[in-house]
Amino acid sequence: MMSAEPLLSLKNIKITFGGVRALKGVSFEVNPGEVHCLAGENGCGKSTLIKIITGVYKPEDGAEFYFDGQPITAMTPSMAQSLGIQVIWQDLALFGEMTVAENIGFQYAVSGKYGLVDKRAMEKAAEKALARLGVSLDLHLPLKELPIAQRQIVAIARALVGEARLVFMDEPTASLTQSETDYLIEIVRNLSASGVAVVFVSHRLAEVLEISDRMTVLRDGALVGVFPVEGMTQSRVTELMTGRNFDSAVIAADHDDQPVVLSVKNLSRANEFENISFDLRRGETLGVTGLLGAGRTELALTLFGMRKPHSGEIVLDGETVHFGSNREAIRAGVAYLSEDRLSLGLNQPQSIADNLVMASLDRILSGGLISPPKKENVVAHWISALGVKIGKPEDPIRTLSGGNQQRVAIAKWLAIGPKILILDAPTVGVDVGARAGIFEIVRKLAADGLSIILISDEPPEVYFNADRIIHMAEGRIKATYDPRQMSLTDLEGKVYA
Amino acid sequence: MRRLMLGHTTEFTLFAVMIVLCIALSFATDRFFTISNAFDVLNVSAVNIIFAVGLLVVLISGGIDISFAVAASVVQYVTALAIAYLGGGNWAEGFIIAGAVGIGLGLINAALVYKLQIISIVATISTFNIFFGLLMFFTKGVSIYDLPEWLTTRVVFYEREMSDGSWLELTLPVVVMILCCVATWFMMSRTTIGRQLYAFGDNPEGARRFGINIGAMHYISFGWLGLMAGIGGLMQAHYAEEVVPNALYGRELDVLAATVLGGARLGGGKGSVIGCVLGVLMVSITQNGLNLMGVSPFAFKMIVGAIILVAITLSSARIDKLLPFFAKGNIQKGQAQKREAH
Repeated sequence: MMSAEPLLSLKNIKITFGGVRALKGVSFEVNPGEVHCLAGENGCGKSTLIKIITGVYKPEDGAEFYFDGQPITAMTPSMAQSLGIQVIWQDLALFGEMTVAENIGFQYAVSGKYGLVDKRAMEKAAEKALARLGVSLDLHLPLKELPIAQRQIVAIARALVGEARLVFMDEPTASLTQSETDYLIEIVRNLSASGVAVVFVSHRLAEVLEISDRMTVLRDGALVGVFPVEGMTQSRVTELMTGRNFDSAVIAADHDDQPVVLSVKNLSRANEFENISFDLRRGETLGVTGLLGAGRTELALTLFGMRKPHSGEIVLDGETVHFGSNREAIRAGVAYLSEDRLSLGLNQPQSIADNLVMASLDRILSGGLISPPKKENVVAHWISALGVKIGKPEDPIRTLSGGNQQRVAIAKWLAIGPKILILDAPTVGVDVGARAGIFEIVRKLAADGLSIILISDEPPEVYFNADRIIHMAEGRIKATYDPRQMSLTDLEGKVYA
Repeated sequence: MRRLMLGHTTEFTLFAVMIVLCIALSFATDRFFTISNAFDVLNVSAVNIIFAVGLLVVLISGGIDISFAVAASVVQYVTALAIAYLGGGNWAEGFIIAGAVGIGLGLINAALVYKLQIISIVATISTFNIFFGLLMFFTKGVSIYDLPEWLTTRVVFYEREMSDGSWLELTLPVVVMILCCVATWFMMSRTTIGRQLYAFGDNPEGARRFGINIGAMHYISFGWLGLMAGIGGLMQAHYAEEVVPNALYGRELDVLAATVLGGARLGGGKGSVIGCVLGVLMVSITQNGLNLMGVSPFAFKMIVGAIILVAITLSSARIDKLLPFFAKGNIQKGQAQKREAH
C-alpha cells in the first residue's frame, strides 16, 4: 500500500483559540489507501486537526498543506468535499425518518437540476456505494429501523457517494458490540483495499491496534510521534498518549470473612436473564462482563428496582426485598450509575452542585426546604473527596470533561450513603488517563467497605479492578472467575469466544 | 406494499379508523352515507385542510406555529380593505393580496425564530397576541359585511342534482384546497427544498453539516404557512360571505390537533400531506356524523376530543399493546405467552 508520495501532508500546523495554543506545530501524513490511527486524549487537538484539514479552521502562518502533491493555501469545507476528504462524525449526522437511500444519497437533495430531486440517480448512487462496501441493505427502509452498526455503514456509504479519497472516522465503534465492531473493521479493510485512505480516531486501543498500519499520537496539542502499529502494545500506546505509565496489577482479594450484603437467588426475567445467583460481600467488587445484550444492564436495573423480577429473590442485609420502584431501592441503599451518563445520569445544563445533590435531596433539607448551607457542605465534601476538578460549583456540568462529569455522577450516588454501588460501563466516553482516576476512586470506596458491582464490556476493566468476575452470556451466568487464577488473555478469549 | 405500510403506519391506521367510523355512522343515520354528504364534509373541511398543509410544512421542519389562524383573520381584513381601495378588485387581485400579506406575516415569525433565536412556540404565541390585538384594536371588533359581489358569490365548478333532490357541488374552496395539497405534496416530496426541510427537522445539526441554508429553511417553512393562511383566510371569507375579526380565533388548536393526528410529529422530520388531509377529515366526519345523529352541539367538543385521543393512541407505537392480535409476528406473541406463564 505504501507509495512514494503521501496523499495528505501537513507540516508546522499551529492554531490558537482565545490565547490557548491548541496545536503547537503539528505535522501529519497519510499515505494513499492506508489505515492510519490518530490517537490522543480528549482535548489533545485531534478534532481541531480534523477541522483544519476539512477547512473549518484556518491554521496560522507558516503552515504547509499538501493534498495529492498539490499545495493548498486556503482550504474551505466545500473544497475539502470536492477533493474527496470526508468526515464521518461520531454522532453520524444521519436522518432517522428518511430512507437508507435518501441518507446515503443526500447530496442529491442538496443540489438538483431545477431544484428537483432525482430519486433514481439518488438510489443508483446509494446502491453503488453500498456495493463498494460489499454490503446489501434495503434502500427503502427508514433509517431508524436499522441497528446502530448498520447506520454506521450508511454513514460510510454516504461518504463514498462524494468520491472519497480520504475518510476520517471519529470514534466509529463507541456504541458497537464486538461482532459489530469486527464487521466495521472488515468494511474499513475493504475500503482501504479499494484505495481510500482511512483515518481512525478511537478510544478503544484494541481495535486501533488491530486495524491500523501506522499511528500518529498527539498530546496537549503537540506531536508525540508517528509509529508503526506492528509490535505496539496497549500499555505502550496509553503511555504515549498520557505521558504517564499505568502499571496494571490484579487487585483481587478474598472477602470471605466479611458479611454478605447482597444475595441474589435464581433471579429471572423473561427474555432478559435467567437463574442469576450470586453473593456480594462487604467491601467486595464484583465484576460483571459479557457482550452487549448479555443481560447485564437488565440485571442491574432489576437490582435497582426499575424492573420487577419474574421469579427469584433479592436479599439485602439478610432481608428479602421487593422493590416497587427505584425510589425504594435508593432508600434501601442501592445506587446505580447508569450506562448512558450524558442523557440519563446527569442533567447537562444544570450546575455541578445541583447535579451532585440530585439523588440526596432529602438529606439536605431543613424544615422541608433545601438548606443552602447544608447543600454547600455536601457539595464541597464530595468534590474534594473525589478530587473533581471544577471552576465553581455553580457552573453547568457540561463544562466539565468526561472524566470529571463521571466523578460528579459517582458523587451524586455516594451522597445517599449507599450500601451497594452499581457502576454500569463507567468509562464510556472517558479518557484513558481519567479512567485510571475513576478506578482509583472505586478501589478506595471498596476499601472503605462499600460493595460494588462493576459492569463493563471491556474485560481488562473487570480483570484489573474486581475481586471476582461473573461472565454473562445470553442472560445466564456462564462462569465465575477469579482474576488471580487466570490471565487477561484467557478472560478475553472466553468473553469473545 | 409492506414498504409503503412501514413508512406510513399512521396514515394507514387513521384510514382504517376512519372507515370503521364511516361504517358505524352509516348504520347510525341514513343521511350519512350519501355522495352529497361526502361533498358537504369536503366543503366544510376545505379551509382547515388548507391551513393544515401549511402548518404541516412548519411542523416537518421542526417548528410550530400558533399564530396562523389569527394571521388569516388579519389577511381577510387587509384584503377586504385593499380591494375596496382598489375599487372592487377581482379574484386574481384577491389571491395576490391575500397571499402576499399572509407570506409577510409568516416571514415575521420566521425572523423572530431565526434572527432572534426565540423558540417557535413562544415566538408565535407572542405574534398570535400581537396580530389579534392589533386587529381588534384597529377594527374595534367591527365586522365587514359589505364585500364585493365576486367574493361572496358561490363559484361552483361542477354540480348535479341527485335523485333524492339534494345537490352535489364541487366549489371553489375545495378546488383551491386540492391545489394547495398538490403543491405542498410536490414541494415536500419532489423538490430539494422539501427534502432539506425534512432533513432539517429530523436532525438540524446533520443538516447544518451538509451546508443546508438554515435561514432559508425558516423563511420557506413559515412563509409557506403564511401563504396557506392567506389563501385559507380568503376562502373562509368567501365561504362565510363576511369578514368577522374573531371568526378564526381558536381554529389554530383544531388544525394543530388534526395535523398531529395525521402523523406529523411535534419536533420535526415526519408528516405527510395525505395524513394531514385524513386528520382534518376525521374530525370533520365525526362532527358531521354527530350532527346527523342529532347529538347536542354542546357535546361535540367533548366527543371530538375523545376521538382524537383514541385515533392517536391507535396510530402511535402503542398499537400492539391495545391490540395483541395486531402484533408484529410470532416473536412478540411468544413473549406475551411467556410473560403470562411466569
